[in-house]
Amino acid sequence: MNTDLIFGIVANLAKIIILTHTVLILAMYMPWVERKVSAWIQDRVGPNRVGYAGLLQPIADTFKFIFKEDVVPGHVDKVLYVLSPCLAVIPSLFILAVIPFGPSVEVMGRTVDLVIADLGVGILFVFAFSSLAVYGITFAGWASNSKYPLLGGVRSSAQMISYEICLGLSVVGIFMGAESLRLLDVVNQQIDGTWNIFTQPIGFLVFVIAAFAETNRLPFDLPEAETELVAGYHTEYSSIKFTMFFAGEYAAMFVFAALVTVLFLGGWDLPFMDSGTFAAMGNWGALLGFGVFLFKSFLFLLFYVWVRFTLPRFRFDQLMHLGWKVLLPLGLANILITGLFNLP
Amino acid sequence: MTDTRTMDVEVAEDRHAEAMMINMGPQHPSTHGVLRLVLELDGEEIVKCMPDVGFLHRAKEKVGETFSLHKFIPYTDRLDYLAPLSNNVAFALAAEKLMDIECPPRAQAIRIICHELSRISAHLLGLGAYAMDLGAMTIFLWTFRERETIYSLIERICGARFTTSFTRIGGVENDLPDDFWPKLAAFVKEMPGRVDEYEAMLSRNKIWVKRTQGVGVITKEQALQFGLTGPNLRGSGVEYDVRKAHPYLGYENYEFDVPIGTEGDCYDRYLCRIMEMRESVKILDQVLQTIPDGPVINREGDDELKSVLPEKEKVLTNMEALIHQFMVGTTDVNMPEGEVYFSAENPKGELGFYIRSDGGLTPTRLRIRGPSFANLQVLTELVPGHMIADVMAILGSIDFVMGECDR
Repeated sequence: MNTDLIFGIVANLAKIIILTHTVLILAMYMPWVERKVSAWIQDRVGPNRVGYAGLLQPIADTFKFIFKEDVVPGHVDKVLYVLSPCLAVIPSLFILAVIPFGPSVEVMGRTVDLVIADLGVGILFVFAFSSLAVYGITFAGWASNSKYPLLGGVRSSAQMISYEICLGLSVVGIFMGAESLRLLDVVNQQIDGTWNIFTQPIGFLVFVIAAFAETNRLPFDLPEAETELVAGYHTEYSSIKFTMFFAGEYAAMFVFAALVTVLFLGGWDLPFMDSGTFAAMGNWGALLGFGVFLFKSFLFLLFYVWVRFTLPRFRFDQLMHLGWKVLLPLGLANILITGLFNLP
Repeated sequence: MTDTRTMDVEVAEDRHAEAMMINMGPQHPSTHGVLRLVLELDGEEIVKCMPDVGFLHRAKEKVGETFSLHKFIPYTDRLDYLAPLSNNVAFALAAEKLMDIECPPRAQAIRIICHELSRISAHLLGLGAYAMDLGAMTIFLWTFRERETIYSLIERICGARFTTSFTRIGGVENDLPDDFWPKLAAFVKEMPGRVDEYEAMLSRNKIWVKRTQGVGVITKEQALQFGLTGPNLRGSGVEYDVRKAHPYLGYENYEFDVPIGTEGDCYDRYLCRIMEMRESVKILDQVLQTIPDGPVINREGDDELKSVLPEKEKVLTNMEALIHQFMVGTTDVNMPEGEVYFSAENPKGELGFYIRSDGGLTPTRLRIRGPSFANLQVLTELVPGHMIADVMAILGSIDFVMGECDR
C-alpha cells in the first residue's frame, strides 16, 4: 500500500482527534469559564466547591446529566425528538474540518497542513453546515409538541435564516481581498499583510453581530429566552439530550470564535511575525501558532460572555429589523466599498 | 375562572389554528410569584390577556377579624413581602388612627427610616427583576448586593431580616442600636453611586431603551380609571404621592421631590423608580441629621389601655408594672368603636387599611387595599397588541407582589 496514503490517513485522524477533543473539552469547560467570569462581573464567587476553584465542576455536571432520568414526554414526535439534539451538535463539529488551526508541521519529512480538510470552497462548506444547525433547534421545538418550545423553534428558524444572509455577506469582502475561498489562503494573506479586522471593519462588525445571532447568545438568545419562553426549544428535554443542546451551543460558540480568528484576527499570526518566522521555528512554530489560535479564539469566547452579562435581550421584531434593515444593507455596502477599493 | 374555560373551548373549535392560547404562569419564570396570565396569541402578538389572581390567597382580611390589632402586625409582614417594614408602619398608623394614639417624634423618625429603607429595597428588587426579565441579568445580582446591605441594616433594626413585625401601636418595638447609625450613614453615602451604576448599564443602553420606550403606555386617564398608585401612576404623569398629598409621620418636614413621568411607558416607570431611590436616600440623609431624642413608644395613658409592655427594670422592681406586663401578655387591647381608613405610600403604591370596630377585642372588618391588585388590573387593557416579549417588560415595570395582590 502506498505509504503516502497511510501517512495521510494517520495524519488526518490525529488532526481530527486533537481538534475535536480540544473543542469538546473547551465546550465542556466553557460553562465553567462563563460562570466564573459572570461571577466576577456580578460580584459573586462562582463555582468553587468541586475541585480547586470549582475546576471539576464541569465533570460533575456532565456525570450528573448523564445519570439523570431521561424523560421522553408522551406527547412528542419520538423520531425528531431524539434526532434533534444530535443535529444541534454535529454541524458545529463538521465546520471544524475546514478551519485551519496552525501553520504547517514537518512530520517524517512530510509537510502537514494543520487543517483537517483543506477544501477549496472552505467558507461555503462552513455556511452549508451552519445552515444545518437551525434544524436541530427547529425540530426540537416542533417535536416537543408543546407551546413554549414551538415558539422557540419558530423564532430560531426565522432568526438563524435571516442572520445567515448577513453572515454570508459580511465575509464576501474578505474573499474579494484574498481572491480565494480557502480559509488557509485567507490566513496566509493576513499573516503577510494586515489583519482583516483593519481592512474590513464593517464586515467584522456585521460578522460578529450575526455570529451572536447564529449561536443564539444574548442579546439574541430569543429561541431560549428563559424569562419569556421558559427554556425555549429545549423546555421538554432532560438528561443527556439537554446536555447535547448545551454542548452544541458551546461548540457553535467555539466554531464562530475560531472563524472570527481565522477570518478577521489573522489566524495564528502575531504582530511581529510573518510566515517566514513561523517556518524558521519549525514544529515549535506550529505549536506556537496553535497556541495563538486557541488564545485568540478564547478571547473571543470571553467577549461572548462579557456581552451576555452586559446587555438586555432584543425583542423579536427588533431583531428582524436589525437583521434585514441594518445589517443586510451594511453587508451589501461593505461589498460595494471593498469592490471600489479593489478595482484593478 | 368560568370565563377562562369558555375561552378554552372556543380555541378547541378554532380549526384553522389561528389563535394559540398560552398559559403564562403561575409557574412561569417571569411572573414572579403566582400570577397566571392566559394569553391568546396570534403568532407572537397578543390578542387577549386575562390575568388570573388568587393563588396566594391566605384570607388575611378574615384573619384580621379574629385577632386584635397588635396580633395582626406579623400578618402585615407577609403582604408586600419585599417591604415588610413599610407594611408594619402603615398598619400601625391605621391602628393608631383608630385608637387615637400619637407616636413620639423619635419613633416617627425611625418609622420614616423603615419606610424609606424598604422602599429602596423593594425598588431594587423591582428593578433587578425587571432587568433580568429583559435579559440583563447582571443588574439583578448587583441590586441584590445593595439589598444585602439593607437587610443587614434591617437586621440591626429588629433582629429579623425578612419578617420584621417591628412597629407597635404607639411607637416601635425598640430604639435602634448605636452601631446602626454609622452603618446607615455609610449606606446613604454609598447608595447614590450604586444607582449611578445601574443607570450606566441601562438608562442609555440602546437595547434597553428600545425594549421599554413606547411599550406598555398607560395614559393618564387609564391610570386614574384603573386606580393605579405609586410609581405606576406617577410614571403616567399624575402627580400624586401620599407622602406629599396627605403627609403622615412628619413627611412634610423633609425635603424631597416626587418624580413624574411624561409618557407613561415602561421606560418612564423605570426612571421613576430609579429617581425615587435617590429621593429616598435624600430623606434618609435628612433623618440622620435631624432625628430627635426621646422615647420610641407612647406610654401615655397606657396604664389604662394596657397595650405597651412596661420597661423591664420596672417590671422587676414594681408590682404594678409586673401586673401591667402580665395584662399585656395575656389579654388583648379593647378598641374604641369607630371606623378608619388610613393609607400610606408603600413602594408598590398606596397601601390602605380600613378598620371598623364595634368595640371589643377584634375589628369587625379589616380591609386591605393592596396596590398590586389595583395595578395588575390594567393588564387586560395594556397587554393586547403587544408581543410576548413585551409582556415581560410590562410585568417588570408594573412591579407587583402577589402576596399583597392576593392577600
